[in-house]
Amino acid sequence: MGKFEGYRGTFRCVDNRWLGTDEAKELHEVEGVELHNVHEHDAVIVGAGLAGMYAALEIKKAGFDVAVLTKVFPTRSHSGAAQGGIAAALANLEEDHIEWHFYDTVKGSDFLGDQDAIELMVREAPLVIFEYEHMGVPFSRTPEGKIMQRYFGGHVKDFGRGKPVLRACMAADRTGHVLLHTLWEQCVKYGVRFYSEYFALSLIIEGDVCLGVVAWDLINGGIHVFHAKATCFATGGYGRAFKITTNSHANTADGVAMVLEAGLPLEDMEFVQFHPTGIAKQGILISEAARGEGGYLINDKGERFMEKYAPDKMELAPRDIISRSIWTEFVEGRGIGGERCVHLDLRHLGAEKIKERLPQIRELAMKFAGVDPIDEPIPIQPTGHYSMGGIPTDINCRVLADGKSKWLRGMWAAGECACVSVHGANRLGTNSLLDASVHGKRAGKDIVEYLSVVECFEPLPMDCAKRAVDKVNWVLNADGPERPSELREILQDNMYELCGVFRNEEDLTKMYDIIKDLQKRYQNIHIEDKSKVFNTHLMEALELGHLLEVAEVIVAGALNRTECRGAHWRTDCPGRDDENWLKHTLAWKTEEGIKFDYKPVVITRFVPEVRKY
Amino acid sequence: MAEYIFRIFRYDPEKDEGTKGRVQEYKIEVEKGWTVLDALNYIKWHVDGSLSYRRACRHGICGSCGMTINGKNTIACEQQVADLGTQVITVEPLRGFRVIKDLIVDMEPFYDKLYAIKPYLITYTPPPTDKERLQSPEDRKLLDGKYECILCACCTSSCPTYWADKEFLGPNALMKAARFVLDSRDEGWEERVNAIDDKHGVWRCHTIFNCVEACPKELNATRAIVELRRLMLKGRL
Ligand SMILES: Cc1cc2nc3c(=O)[nH]c(=O)nc-3n(C[C@H](O)[C@H](O)[C@H](O)COP(=O)(O)OP(=O)(O)OC[C@H]3O[C@@H](n4cnc5c(N)ncnc54)[C@H](O)[C@@H]3O)c2cc1C
Ligand code: SF4
Repeated sequence: MGKFEGYRGTFRCVDNRWLGTDEAKELHEVEGVELHNVHEHDAVIVGAGLAGMYAALEIKKAGFDVAVLTKVFPTRSHSGAAQGGIAAALANLEEDHIEWHFYDTVKGSDFLGDQDAIELMVREAPLVIFEYEHMGVPFSRTPEGKIMQRYFGGHVKDFGRGKPVLRACMAADRTGHVLLHTLWEQCVKYGVRFYSEYFALSLIIEGDVCLGVVAWDLINGGIHVFHAKATCFATGGYGRAFKITTNSHANTADGVAMVLEAGLPLEDMEFVQFHPTGIAKQGILISEAARGEGGYLINDKGERFMEKYAPDKMELAPRDIISRSIWTEFVEGRGIGGERCVHLDLRHLGAEKIKERLPQIRELAMKFAGVDPIDEPIPIQPTGHYSMGGIPTDINCRVLADGKSKWLRGMWAAGECACVSVHGANRLGTNSLLDASVHGKRAGKDIVEYLSVVECFEPLPMDCAKRAVDKVNWVLNADGPERPSELREILQDNMYELCGVFRNEEDLTKMYDIIKDLQKRYQNIHIEDKSKVFNTHLMEALELGHLLEVAEVIVAGALNRTECRGAHWRTDCPGRDDENWLKHTLAWKTEEGIKFDYKPVVITRFVPEVRKY
Repeated sequence: MAEYIFRIFRYDPEKDEGTKGRVQEYKIEVEKGWTVLDALNYIKWHVDGSLSYRRACRHGICGSCGMTINGKNTIACEQQVADLGTQVITVEPLRGFRVIKDLIVDMEPFYDKLYAIKPYLITYTPPPTDKERLQSPEDRKLLDGKYECILCACCTSSCPTYWADKEFLGPNALMKAARFVLDSRDEGWEERVNAIDDKHGVWRCHTIFNCVEACPKELNATRAIVELRRLMLKGRL
């Protein structure tokens, strides 16, 4: 008996394919939406990054009807920006073990990651990589023709005791790009139905079952209802809550905000990773390789300031330590010209080495900072990079309605928007492409099993589009004095300053008040584009609404968690506090503000110890 | 800070239908290091919220912001304003495609050309279980200069042959075809060749090299087309 057998027959069968058109019409009638804009698919995936397309492919290959909604054309999803690699203990070049990868991930998470989920992920990692290869990914190759692997921070031999290990599978410095394009190619091959440039706006939840989503067609304008037996969110990260970020303009927390609005909890939202070397003012990522090749970090006084913070490792200390060191320089007035900026100096490496070993970094510096690192140092600053928290799911990617054990039937989530949790308080480099791929696939498989048992659609509630219709109409008609872009800039500037690399109660309280004020001002916005066709101003205003909701949860969570763990560093707390805080945060939005609950960390193998490198 | 004038093509289908669109001027202060996308964002966020264009990653990998800047196709996020060398900068939508709104064009015909060449690895030999297929570094190297494409459409949009013949597969789809044909793992020649070996396929290209000039990733679609022709003449036909 399959695991979903209990659900057989529990749906009231209304499959319009069995009914005459008039009755079908009645069953699909939704207030405020034209009938031809009500779509029915076995499964609807929101998001076409690695997580979303992997899920879709699994479902399509099993013969079910799956549709993928995405705000941007699939190959423009932010998974494509990943450069470094995707982790798997293939041992293609040297000894490596799944167990070592398991340990490194647990340690990297500062022991907040759930070890059952981590173990599953690292075990499935090689299979996913081989499947990617079979799909056609142009991986770089070893001399024997195997998949090439490189070093990456935090991945070492022998349960944290040994030297770095070659574990990051790579395609030059375009790993995310090739994985994303290959998945899309496979989706084309198998005929996955895409709804590109559709902006999902709200979930349809009736009782304790998810019945699909409501979306806005960006190109033509108009509300569409997607009626599904299975709905999966794969909407990615939300780095756009911060002024300086490596994330795409599209990473605006829509998915997590929709979940929050539906009265469901989010998990561990206070954990946001900052990468030390983003191009100043832009946030664009300059990869670890620049420091790996011997780049110096220099302050306004011309000092190699890492001397003070990590005299042994210097510029090669872990990401979070470097981010905090740079920030200390800022706070103590040694940023370049007193600004939020220090120099990454490569000049001493010489033109030849820079051209040969760091061509991509040189190109990025020239194109985006307007400096050639052969002649000038690159201005850099820490940049918001990755969101560890998200929609709570179990190891099969089923969304947990209570955050703990109760499945919201019909709904899954995978990738950066979800929190399984495999990254805990801090993600290791190259583990998130893996997370998105493994869990996209796992979600897809679980959905296939579900669809094989659940044959029918449950009727849509007549008012299921109301929230989305109201949202859009409200923004289109709003005529207050506030500009959404200005509110967004206030949010992003302050989030970066007050809820960034370092946090403390005073700053966070201030930030919370700023958000409350911005939420009020948001009620008085206006947009200058009132049209229906490709209204990007409408889109930006809706995205801002989502960011404001989710930022509140990030800040409230950061205020609430009075310890330092992984990426969450409170200057007013002495350190990690396992006694009180070795637990996941669950946060709900209520009338009275953010409400918290907790759940224990799953510890199967490795007991928490001090995270030292 | 320096002052620039941006002359931007505007077309609102609800107001400008039936017209050829119009040009709107924005005079703004540009900071050191700004790209054209930064300037467009500045205009949208501080001057005119109705200005419409696509953007996502803003660092040259998603391919969303292909447009024509001072007459040359490129992605706006990679074009430093200061490098253009003019105080007045014209920004127009990619040529050869239907304008949906302002700088946003209908990309469907561009994607359709890709679908036509079956843009995915085709294999019949089953892969080894729980292992990768082997591919030598030399074979892998054949894909360099092709697999990096970000589908920005700058190449196809710059191609006079495509302007004249909208059935022409165009440089992008043909280069993508070469990326698969030349992959040592691919067995899809038979399935792909009909589309490529067509009067709207490789033989249509007049090797004008506009596409090479336009490509922001410095890929050489013309060379890929020539390689495909060579393969066809070399006995496959
Ligand atoms: C610069 C950079 C470099 C990185 N390098 C690495 C690396 O080397 N290794 C590694 O492991 N990780 C890396 N990461 C992290 C990793 O790339 C991401 O965590 C991962 O790709 C997320 O995948 P995803 O499928 O969850 O989301 P994404 O790829 O971000 O996709 C999100 C999808 O959701 C869609 N979407 C969002 N909202 C809506 C909505 N409202 N309606 C409809 N669709 C919506 C979007 O259109 C998009 O298709 C990097 C990240 C960045 C920013
Ligand atoms: S070949 Fe170059 S110009 Fe053409 S779509 Fe690809 S990246 Fe763009």
